[in-house]
Amino acid sequence: MGVSVSTSHVKLEMRNITKVFPGVKALDGVDLTVRAGEIHAICGENGAGKSTLVKVLSGVYPHGTYEGDIVLDGEVQTFKSLKASEHAGIVIIHQELALIPELSVTENIFLGNEIVSHGLIDWDEARGRTTELLARVGLEVDPRTQIKNLGVGQQQLVEIAKALSKNVKLLILDEPTSALNESDSENLLDLLRGLRERGLTSIIISHKLNEIEEIADAVTIIRDGLAIERLDVADAPLDEDRIIKGMVGRSLEARYPEHTPDIGEVFFEVRNWTVEDPTIPGRLMSKSSSFQVRRGEIVGFAGVMGAGRTELARSVFGRSFGIYRAGTITLDGEEITLPTVKSAIARGLAYVPEDRKTLGLNLLDSIRDTIVSADLSRITPGLLLDESLEYKAAEHYRKSLRIKTPDVNRGVSTLSGGNQQKVVLGKWMFTEPELLILDEPTRGIDVGAKYEIYTLINKLADAGRGVVLISSELPELLGMCDRIYTVCEGRITGEVARGEADQEQLMRLMTTTSSAA
Amino acid sequence: MKSIRSLFGGDPRQFSMLGALVILIMLFQVLTGGKVLTPSNMMNLINGNSYVLILAIGMVMVIVVGHIDLSVGSVAAVTGIIVALALRDWGIPWWAGILLGLAVGAVIGMWQGYWVAYVGIPGFITTLAGMMIFRGLNQYIGDSNSIPVPEELQFLGGGYLWEWGPNTGFNNSTLLLGIIAGAFVVWREWRKRVRAARVGFEPDPLPIAAIRAGLLIALISYATYLFGTGREGTSFPVPGVVLVILVIIYHVITQRTKFGRHVYAVGGNRAAAALSGVSTKRTYFFVMANMSVLAAFAGMMFIGRARASGPFDGTLWELDAIAAVFIGGAAVTGGIGTVTGSIIGGLVMATLNNGLQLMGAGSDETQIIKGLVLLAAVAFDVYNKKQGRPSVIALLMRRRPTFRDDDAAAAATPDGGSSQAGPVGAQEELETATSSTPATETSHPTRNANNERQEP
Ligand SMILES: Nc1ncnc2c1ncn2[C@@H]1O[C@H](COP(=O)(O)OP(=O)(O)OP(=O)(O)O)[C@@H](O)[C@H]1O
Ligand SMILES: [Mg+2]
Repeated sequence: MGVSVSTSHVKLEMRNITKVFPGVKALDGVDLTVRAGEIHAICGENGAGKSTLVKVLSGVYPHGTYEGDIVLDGEVQTFKSLKASEHAGIVIIHQELALIPELSVTENIFLGNEIVSHGLIDWDEARGRTTELLARVGLEVDPRTQIKNLGVGQQQLVEIAKALSKNVKLLILDEPTSALNESDSENLLDLLRGLRERGLTSIIISHKLNEIEEIADAVTIIRDGLAIERLDVADAPLDEDRIIKGMVGRSLEARYPEHTPDIGEVFFEVRNWTVEDPTIPGRLMSKSSSFQVRRGEIVGFAGVMGAGRTELARSVFGRSFGIYRAGTITLDGEEITLPTVKSAIARGLAYVPEDRKTLGLNLLDSIRDTIVSADLSRITPGLLLDESLEYKAAEHYRKSLRIKTPDVNRGVSTLSGGNQQKVVLGKWMFTEPELLILDEPTRGIDVGAKYEIYTLINKLADAGRGVVLISSELPELLGMCDRIYTVCEGRITGEVARGEADQEQLMRLMTTTSSAA
Repeated sequence: MKSIRSLFGGDPRQFSMLGALVILIMLFQVLTGGKVLTPSNMMNLINGNSYVLILAIGMVMVIVVGHIDLSVGSVAAVTGIIVALALRDWGIPWWAGILLGLAVGAVIGMWQGYWVAYVGIPGFITTLAGMMIFRGLNQYIGDSNSIPVPEELQFLGGGYLWEWGPNTGFNNSTLLLGIIAGAFVVWREWRKRVRAARVGFEPDPLPIAAIRAGLLIALISYATYLFGTGREGTSFPVPGVVLVILVIIYHVITQRTKFGRHVYAVGGNRAAAALSGVSTKRTYFFVMANMSVLAAFAGMMFIGRARASGPFDGTLWELDAIAAVFIGGAAVTGGIGTVTGSIIGGLVMATLNNGLQLMGAGSDETQIIKGLVLLAAVAFDVYNKKQGRPSVIALLMRRRPTFRDDDAAAAATPDGGSSQAGPVGAQEELETATSSTPATETSHPTRNANNERQEP
């Protein structure tokens, strides 16, 4: 593929890797060369084959299920399992974290590699080692803390500590920062730089191209299962637009579509919304929050992770989170109550959750079942579901969202991460909501597809619907929203109109604990 | 292989399971020197197993939704005794007795559904309690006596269809059923093509559709011949007719109604279902309640066949029903399983029983073999999943047709479970929901962690 690599020590070479799933050629003769001690990025659109490539490398897809060679430190490897690749010093951190929430940090780190003395686990030793490891990744928590009590950013660091405990030589991170906010991401990237200094080689997959630009020493771009090109910092500094051009085959003029909003009346209003934490009595997750949405308007919610944006949205959406304490909802001038999710959907609300695997999808289902699952009455003209209506709906969203699959009858578990996210979006667009609440809708989605999703959001707004956009990416909020609320510790701390808003101001409002303006 | 696949294209699962069943029957047919495929033996087989198969219909829904019901045998028994006593002592007509029995089942079902759905006690525990309670009630109400039941009920539990019309050499009722079934197969094949054309699917090539329909019709014809030419006064048995009707009804309910979708949604990922507007409580409630109603029905069929209701009716039925469901491809973790699969699973067990009996095996040997078959069927399945191959049973039996994500089961989704659940929350519906991560694969490499000791 015209890939030439300067001749410092090559850590890893993957040669002519081909991986076929029934009906899909996920990888078609991909070459990947990673030099020792570099941070190597893999970029590509959703479904390009990035995750598949690193799964081949780490033995998740064992030797024999793919074609081609893996050469590590000059030796051909035939990993039969994840365990085998770990033995060779390759550790993969998956797109979805694999920590066990009920177990402590120590237990998670040594899970499967328990330190045993005299046939029993030596917990003192394990805890001591954990403390060291945590210090290396710069995480200051008690090793006995349960994982579920850590934030996502911290969990990510625990994953890396776990990798370090295994004596890692080649660290693979599949979209490590997609669920992280900016400061956590920055933290992680710093850590990776530090590890590079000490000679660790890593491979990173990410859709956040600015981070790639910042940290990577080389980039391999994959498109439709083919390695399109390799960019090297040594030749020219990495450049986002250049990477995009490789990924999508053309340059992208703008990140956000042109849009002239046509904003109407206020039709949805929440007043003094107060919600208590379901597990910790007395702790308020939303403190007397009030906001409005106008027809045709895209309203953003900015806040740091844990500010209570998701909790606010979910408690409004049929009280699906927390314990309702006070507050009113007005829809089209009429005060309504939405005691159940069903009633919220019936009233035209839709909520696209941030965590697709646990809240958005039934992974056993097909794409087609999933698309219609939030509003079955639409495909039930009489007593029975009409499967042809179902198929039509699924096909419609497959096309309009460009979900990459040969067939909507396939299971959602066969889709790449980004395409799963599109299915969740389709599922809620199918309900044709009046108010669409999007919680981190572009997480893990490639630049091109983001643009398409933004276009769809704009279209929805132009049709007179209201959109609430919760996002941790400030540029996205600034690029898309007509108005932005800032949330901090369960309180709405500010409201900024389009044009008046800038990053610094939002940041400041996002971290003020004082009450709303 | 490819051509077989396209032959069974739209719906490979029934066919492949059916294939296994047919092979098993043939095997016993040969081993017993032709004693299996005789009219009287097949009638016995149906009469003697229809009640367990009816239980399997309800059980698969319970298992798909993520619970289990251990009380079905006891529920059947207590219904049996109540109905038998009511018919004997109160002099109510037989149909009122059946309605009463169904009402008893409904009340018991609502009781169990209440504990499972609204109090949140796992089905296993609720029905373990129910198993004891209702067994005890059966013996308390009936004073541990055997109570005979009237003829009409015997008709339901072991009767035969009427003889009528001209002498065709067949039992005409059976013949009529056979013709209806054959016509249905043709009609379904035709409708499939019409629908495909309407929606823009590529329909199966005509010869393939024809072969498929032909095979089914041959099967139906043979069954018609077998059941229609038995001893004078016999036919396709009434319990068989009841069973077929129930299978059709429940197949449609599970595959083609909102409620059915909700059952699979809740079983597959409870939290996601709740956020899609599904009331998980109502789903649990109705699935549990339905199970008890079917158990009551099975109980009445059984006393009809046994001609009396006794204190030990229905013992261990729950295990037969559960075995049928798992042999039929359901997943222990919920979300996967079908009514038709479970029926076929139940027939596999029944054929084993019957064939071994005909070969002169004692109940000791029969039990051992049945146990081994159950283990082997599920182990084979699990093994296939581990190898990253399609789980022959589960994947084929998955409720939607045309799933061919072969490698998917093993490796596609390293969902570590609670990836970024954060402060996952809970308004009743969602309370325990987050722990119910869709358990697609038990064998994911990063999760080999089950019995980790708690850190001191
Ligand atoms: N188990 C599977 N069965 C069938 N097809 C699969 C399976 N896993 C992946 N695929 C297909 O292989 C292709 C590549 O998927 P992969 O997950 O590698 O994409 P990706 O580049 O990581 O995308 P994303 O950025 O969305 O995570 C996709 O078309 C996907 O649908
Ligand atoms: Mg991926």
